[in-house]
Amino acid sequence: MKKQRLLIRTVILLVLGAAVVYTLYANFTKDDIQKVAVGKKAPDFVLTDMNGEQHRLSDYEGKGVLLNFWATWCKPCEREMPYMDKQYQENQEEDVQILAVNIGESNVVVNEFIKKHDLTFPILNDKKQEVQTVYGIGNLPITFLIGPDGNVVNVHEGEIINEQVVIDMIKEIKP
Amino acid sequence: MKEVKCECGHVNPHGTVLCESCGLTLIEEKAQGKLHDMRYEGSARRSQTYNKTIVDKIWNFFSSVKVGVWLIVITLVASALGTIFPQEMYIPTIMTAAEYYEDQYGWLGKLYYDLGFHNLYSSWWYLVLIASIGVSLVICSIDRAIPLYRALNKQRVTRHESFLKRQRLFTTSASENIDASFEKAKENLAMKRYKIREEDGNILAEKGRFSRWGPYVNHCGLIIFLLGGILRFVPGMYIDDMLWIREGETKVIPETNGEYYLENKEFTLEVYDKDKDNEAFSEAIENAGMVPKNFQSDVILYKKADDSLPGEEAKLEQIKEFNIRVNEPLKFDGYALYQTEYRLGELSTMSFTMMNKKSKEEFGELTIELNDPQTKYDLGDGYSVEVMSYFPDFEFNESGEPTTKSRIPNNPAFVFKMFSPEKPEGEISFVAIQQNLEPFGDNEYQLRFSGIETNDVTGLTVRKDLTLWLFALGGFIFMIGVAQGSYWNHRRIWLRRKDDEIWVAAHTNKNWHGLKREISTILEGTGIEEPLDQLQENENQDSEKKNSNHE
Repeated sequence: MKKQRLLIRTVILLVLGAAVVYTLYANFTKDDIQKVAVGKKAPDFVLTDMNGEQHRLSDYEGKGVLLNFWATWCKPCEREMPYMDKQYQENQEEDVQILAVNIGESNVVVNEFIKKHDLTFPILNDKKQEVQTVYGIGNLPITFLIGPDGNVVNVHEGEIINEQVVIDMIKEIKP
Repeated sequence: MKEVKCECGHVNPHGTVLCESCGLTLIEEKAQGKLHDMRYEGSARRSQTYNKTIVDKIWNFFSSVKVGVWLIVITLVASALGTIFPQEMYIPTIMTAAEYYEDQYGWLGKLYYDLGFHNLYSSWWYLVLIASIGVSLVICSIDRAIPLYRALNKQRVTRHESFLKRQRLFTTSASENIDASFEKAKENLAMKRYKIREEDGNILAEKGRFSRWGPYVNHCGLIIFLLGGILRFVPGMYIDDMLWIREGETKVIPETNGEYYLENKEFTLEVYDKDKDNEAFSEAIENAGMVPKNFQSDVILYKKADDSLPGEEAKLEQIKEFNIRVNEPLKFDGYALYQTEYRLGELSTMSFTMMNKKSKEEFGELTIELNDPQTKYDLGDGYSVEVMSYFPDFEFNESGEPTTKSRIPNNPAFVFKMFSPEKPEGEISFVAIQQNLEPFGDNEYQLRFSGIETNDVTGLTVRKDLTLWLFALGGFIFMIGVAQGSYWNHRRIWLRRKDDEIWVAAHTNKNWHGLKREISTILEGTGIEEPLDQLQENENQDSEKKNSNHE
């Protein structure tokens, strides 16, 4: 009788406690929930780069993909671009693809930016803002590391502060 | 600790004050008054009897109504404090929230921010308070409802004399013909829709017992309500997003997995016109200036008809045309689009005329789409303009270079190169609103501003709420509980034979006046005396004593 009461009380308290803990946990994580979660498949897309070439994410399966979202008016984006470009040039033989998606600015603006920073790697333009909607992009810049199996390995929010970070990222997604 | 066996033979749980069956006092020190405390029928509240393990201690803490009331009071005070300064979502985004509160309200503002009052509903301690109220509700209810149910279910018809004597309404009266009196009383009781139970010639008449469950039903409603709140955190259950669309644009609706698209045909803001609308309001309209009458987005909803990927040209199938107004959302597939914001007159195109500065002769016009300018505009006859740089939201940065703040054409500026037969290498000019600079000396040609077009942008809230039915259900059950507990009373009348006397006692959980009136009609013509209100008698005696003291 007494044991049973203790058991019932414990069970009820555990259920209530679990509900409270879940609520608190969900509340704390609600701000940094990315629509594209680590370990999940990165949503496929097709975008055209500034040279008119089409890139389909799933075509890069088997390779690691460093997927960066940026805008010309975003200062940290501007600072990190040269690091990615340099690593792109050094890793062209490797099975890693670096893609930078502009969030849909006009070609004039994007082309001028490319010229100014002498960028050689594929700059994609999300004209209809569909890809950024699917990826739930809020603050810029943000970089998704996608493994050879097409799953997201890591998400880097904010600026890439030096070239070493890009080198480490590439190591992480190399097949 | 063992169960307690009453002299009537009934076995009560440990801690029972009044025997569940016959009502005999089992714990003298808890029932010392002249009248019994009947709130929980003298049942054993578990929390007060078992207090050994940590589980029991937690249980007993939350089982206390005092604790529950304090939790509610603290939550109310916190909620009130949260209104002193504006919440985070209402402050301007000129600086971070931490800086803003300190800057605006000094150290108090800093404290406010540090303690999490700036975003109260997401503060961990506020959530813990709300959750504790929920836990308290559940445990208080379990701890009282179950013993109360036991006590009411186990009650015998024949109650112990000490129990009857210590009811608020009680009296004894002599009667020559008890059987006849009882028969008449039974008849009257039945007419008042009492349920009558008999045992050894004694009577227990009872009605409205279910009203005792009102508070617990009410609590169930509240708990369902809270569950709805928790469910909002579950991904996919509750969506609240924003969609900005310019007129003429078609965009994918966020949170629909790329399934649905929306085209904004037109946004309209209507204001009241003092000449056209009801004359009675003309003065008010004049005083208030612009009074909005209608915010409306004329939209077309599309569904993706192929399996194209994001970024690809999707084949769209029109679902419906709709005019979204405030409080008239477009509803589809569990989603609702509400008219919540707008931006009027966003620049969409800018036109320029190429002109010889001296002769004022014009050589054609170019119109630039500000959201996607071309690189080159050919005006014919060897005249053309190249867009070298474009700054949609122009400003000079710290080092004095022109830059853009965003991609929205709030303040467009251009660097143009103008080609003409006379100047085939081109002349450069910088053009912004009300500015025309020639950085490399005097130009022969200039681009003269010749007009703009604007576009309205509508801001729609994308909402999906699969938790709403739980709130409705919780609210409904809550109201049932309230009605159950307030519009019905639990009334009991005991009639007991004691030698040649008739003992009458009565109890109700509320509205004693109503019970007294009912008893007086029931006992009419039975020869049984109406029970006296012992509480009132006590008061009378007390006040008499006081009066005599004064004298």
